[in-house]
Amino acid sequence: MAVLTEEQSMLRDAARSWVQEKSPVTAFRKMRDSGVELGYDATAWNEMAEMGWAGVIVPEEYGGSEFGYLSLGLVIEELGRTLTASPLIASGLGAASALILGGSDTQKSEWLPKIAEGTAIATLAVDEGPHHAPEKVALTAQSTRVGYSLNGKKTFVLEGMAANLLVVSARVSGQPGDKAGIALFLVPADTKGVTRQKLSLADSRGAANIAFDNVLVPESAILGSVDGGYALLEKVLDRARAGLSAEMLGAAVQAFEVTLDYLKTRVQFGQVIGSFQALQHRAAKMFTELELSRSAVEAALTAIDNDSPDVPELVSLAKAKMGDTFHLVSNEMVQMHGGIGMTDAHDAGFYLKRARAAEAAFGNQAYHRDRYARIQGY
Amino acid sequence: MADFGGTDLETFRKEVREWVEGNFPKALKGVPNPMAREERGNAPSADMETWRKAVGAKGWGTPSWPKEYGGGGLSAAEARVVTGEFNRAGAYNPIGGMGVMMFGPTLLEYGTDAQKLEHIPAICRGEIAWCQGFSEPGAGSDLAALSTKAVDKGDHFEIDGSKIWTSGAQWADWCFCLVRTDTAKKHEGISFVLFTMRQPGVEVRPIPLIAGSSPFCETFFTGARAEKKDLVGPLNGGWTIAKRLLQHERSGLTGAGGGLGSGGKSLEQLAKDYVGHDDKGRIADHDLRSRLVANAINMRAFQQTAVRAMLEAKGNASPSSATSIMKNAGTQLIQERHEMALEIMGHQGLGWEGDAFDADELAAVRGWLFGKAFTIFGGSQEVQSNIVSKRILGLPDLTQSK
Ligand SMILES: Cc1cc2nc3c(=O)[nH]c(=O)nc-3n(C[C@H](O)[C@H](O)[C@H](O)COP(=O)(O)OP(=O)(O)OC[C@H]3O[C@@H](n4cnc5c(N)ncnc54)[C@H](O)[C@@H]3O)c2cc1C
Repeated sequence: MAVLTEEQSMLRDAARSWVQEKSPVTAFRKMRDSGVELGYDATAWNEMAEMGWAGVIVPEEYGGSEFGYLSLGLVIEELGRTLTASPLIASGLGAASALILGGSDTQKSEWLPKIAEGTAIATLAVDEGPHHAPEKVALTAQSTRVGYSLNGKKTFVLEGMAANLLVVSARVSGQPGDKAGIALFLVPADTKGVTRQKLSLADSRGAANIAFDNVLVPESAILGSVDGGYALLEKVLDRARAGLSAEMLGAAVQAFEVTLDYLKTRVQFGQVIGSFQALQHRAAKMFTELELSRSAVEAALTAIDNDSPDVPELVSLAKAKMGDTFHLVSNEMVQMHGGIGMTDAHDAGFYLKRARAAEAAFGNQAYHRDRYARIQGY
Repeated sequence: MADFGGTDLETFRKEVREWVEGNFPKALKGVPNPMAREERGNAPSADMETWRKAVGAKGWGTPSWPKEYGGGGLSAAEARVVTGEFNRAGAYNPIGGMGVMMFGPTLLEYGTDAQKLEHIPAICRGEIAWCQGFSEPGAGSDLAALSTKAVDKGDHFEIDGSKIWTSGAQWADWCFCLVRTDTAKKHEGISFVLFTMRQPGVEVRPIPLIAGSSPFCETFFTGARAEKKDLVGPLNGGWTIAKRLLQHERSGLTGAGGGLGSGGKSLEQLAKDYVGHDDKGRIADHDLRSRLVANAINMRAFQQTAVRAMLEAKGNASPSSATSIMKNAGTQLIQERHEMALEIMGHQGLGWEGDAFDADELAAVRGWLFGKAFTIFGGSQEVQSNIVSKRILGLPDLTQSK
């Protein structure tokens, strides 16, 4: 565990007790069973926002607490433990980062206070196909007399049904795959020509495919510079990836602890199954991987707070490492529970499903291993 | 029946081919085997019934089982001809389920003539669905810890207790069940009984799975009745029979039924479609590609092992302890493939329902989830490894079992 400041400890403890009290896994189950379109519980989100969690990285002048990314990671990790579904990563982390890093004063004043309050939900609309590929932007932004016209589609937009504001990557020039010629646009989700299709996902979270049909936006909708969108996008994505890794850490730790408990209580052959060395060693292995993953996740978040030049490699390291660990632990959770782990009534399936969705989001392990190697020059 | 040599086998092939042409309803060509479905919600179509009855009457659904009990009475070579001709015609084998896979072979070995005559023909005709009443809440891997008891009531046994994870109990006509008939002993106090599920003392409650469907149940017995004539093997001698049945179950599960839910497309093709490839056809994601290759190579080695084991076992028809190796090897490979199918499909491999995903994508997700059971049922991966290390490798057993 990273050495925390007093504020960070308090923030984490507050998150921990709120999660225990208000958002156990049974709350997630209830949300799923209710089939709510948003993919999260709006009341719970209001409470989270009231505690200031949507504004942890937002500068004080825009209504946030400016505690930084490690602090936000601590909150997200606690929420991850019980699979709490909320727009925190999409809005309070991803889109907020885009505005903080790329927004003009006007853009920041318009959106950041509402994001920090939780009254506006913003999200990144980046990918267009089945895989994360931020440079493969085909959605076009054609310049018009008064601004731009957007045409194309975005897939797997997190909280896409709930979002009021979309941060959209669009191509102003060049071909899909070119890093040049990409710009980011702020598009209110109720703009004419925006249509959303709800995705019903295995992990029951909210996401949407979004189509843009002659969506007219003014010049002032551009975030950052017309041609510098990609560099900004990468920085934004790295922040989202690091935060998502923190969620995965929390979920994996919890999945592990629940499994460990089961090893200590389930009796077969007249002894607890945790007495079998075959399982003991795998528990020790999981523990090892979790410790390694925690270091990677905390290092990435800390590097972001320090605005250190190695953020990209540390983030890819964290997402790849954490993805492997959550993959392992979620599989072992089912396997070590035997038949009961296969039932919907048990939580193991929730962790398994969440693991694969989180692994795929913002680049899976293969993506980040490749990116890590490319950054290192091999 | 005589073991046909080369030419006779060709004559036989011709005969089977003609028969299939004359009897297999054209409308069913390429239709997946309804027996393989997890949920059997819909009643079979008239064509399906026609096909089942035709194959059942021939005994060709259970081609190598003895003719006097309704099987095909064929040699192993002839049985392969039948399977081959069914495949060629795009026809599924309509005779299946637990009766064929595990119970039938066990009863053929341990049952009395009267028991075989009563139960086997109905299995060969696909008329009776069986379920397996083995596992209990307290007796999973340690199956011999089971406590559902059967009390001798003169002409019958009275059964009280409960089973869990009973696949297909909600559709089953009959149950083969392990019951405790002596509480003083563990393994030697277990008996193997058969009874109808259609009786007042039996209650089933389907349990929803992580994959969404409910193919298995909790099964409760309150004063349920098993006739004395339906005790298989000696009283308190059920454990030996159960072990044999589990061998059949494991050999049946060996990497089989490994539907990938990818619409018959190979994983490699799927990867090219979803991930892309270079001008030499190499999958664009090199990381994924090397894992695909590793799996493919292991899969071939697995198939080579299956062939080798078959050749080595010729003349000795029953499954050997080598099946324990095959179950772990096969199920692991299948699970890897399920995982890679999901990874290949990316965001499209995360769907639960709805028209944003195609049928193959949704099937891949459900198949991946259900596939997690492959290393749990029929003896978990860990239990298989214990069997290998103790029975085959001769390593000491420190479990407080027995
Ligand atoms: C989809 C599905 C269908 C099934 N269908 C049927 C059916 O039709 N009929 C039926 O009777 N049963 C059925 N089963 C039950 C299945 O046989 C049991 O789940 C299995 O035997 C494991 O028992 P358990 O679930 O109690 O797990 P446990 O035995 O409690 O095992 C929990 C974990 O401990 C491990 N473990 C246990 N003992 C050891 C050991 N000595 N060394 C190392 N590790 C150990 C296990 O491998 C597992 O990982 C089904 C199960 C599933 C998932």
